[in-house]
Amino acid sequence: MVAAFAFILLFQLLGEVISRAWLLPVPGPVLGMLFLLAGLFCSARLRALVQPTATGLLSHLSLLFVPVGVGVVAHMPTLLDHGAALGVSLVASTALALVAGAATFTFVARLGKKDDT
Amino acid sequence: MTNPAEIWSYLASQPLLWLCATLFAYWVGDAVFRATKRQPYANPVAIAVILLGTVLWLSDTPYEAYFEGAQFVHFMLGPATVCLAVPLYANRNEVRRTWKPILAALVVGSTTAIFSALAIAWALGADHELLATLAPKSATAPVAIGISEAMGGQPTLTAALVLLTGIIGAIIVTPLLNLFGFRDWRARGLATGVAAHGIGTARAFQVHEQAGAFASIGMGLNAVLTALIAPWALSFFS
Repeated sequence: MVAAFAFILLFQLLGEVISRAWLLPVPGPVLGMLFLLAGLFCSARLRALVQPTATGLLSHLSLLFVPVGVGVVAHMPTLLDHGAALGVSLVASTALALVAGAATFTFVARLGKKDDT
Repeated sequence: MTNPAEIWSYLASQPLLWLCATLFAYWVGDAVFRATKRQPYANPVAIAVILLGTVLWLSDTPYEAYFEGAQFVHFMLGPATVCLAVPLYANRNEVRRTWKPILAALVVGSTTAIFSALAIAWALGADHELLATLAPKSATAPVAIGISEAMGGQPTLTAALVLLTGIIGAIIVTPLLNLFGFRDWRARGLATGVAAHGIGTARAFQVHEQAGAFASIGMGLNAVLTALIAPWALSFFS
């Protein structure tokens, strides 16, 4: 578990260094994810090492958003000032994006099936 | 016996108390979530945030003092993002077969989220700074904060909007997509990851393993795409 965690942090560190060195718009942890993905393709040992720890950490993903979430309380005055604009915008845009995304996926997946047959 | 005020001032200056409170609040939220048979409205993050917010308000504790303790939990977001490579790898064959729908849904979902959010807030009178703060709200928190900062928004308010977006997404996704009759777990998962980042992804994993894997793909790719689209979208509204 310690070795797995050390490798996960190492990939994040690599991502962070490269993102900052070349001023990339992609954040360090996302690059780290891509590097780990490349690593998983290359090494069966890395797969066996990282998998249990990663699965464990991801099963508690929700917990990790709580500290930022409490910040909502700290921003209550601003949120209430712009309550209508932000509230309508967040709910409507999230609903639209969910439906648009799912509809596009379903549509293009069906097109692909037709091409195959 | 020591004066309780002295014990309190010790605890208030140490991370222990608020770290402990964060874990317990989430544990309570998760217990409620399970007790309601995983109803989306009983979102464990929302419950934990309301509990902790109330405690901070009652004890007159500033957010900065709370974050001193909670930062250890917050730090784990980075490693957790890296770990998303594992479900991606596990679904590699599925991803290879469906890269076309994935890419199409990613571009449409991400563009819809950003443009509709900006257009609605703009029509309801939001100023430029607020629009810059709002634009990256569908991307995962660390990414959205960076984008908001670069565009002249308020990063901490962006973090709050990101969280609200995630909770809204996690609550509405199941009834909304059922209403429209989407049955493909891949389509549902991907749309959720794109529209509602990590909180949506966490929700997707609770509902269906494959939906969760596709949600992590959507969230990871959208982190990259939002960084490219958001500044461009913002230029239409200023």
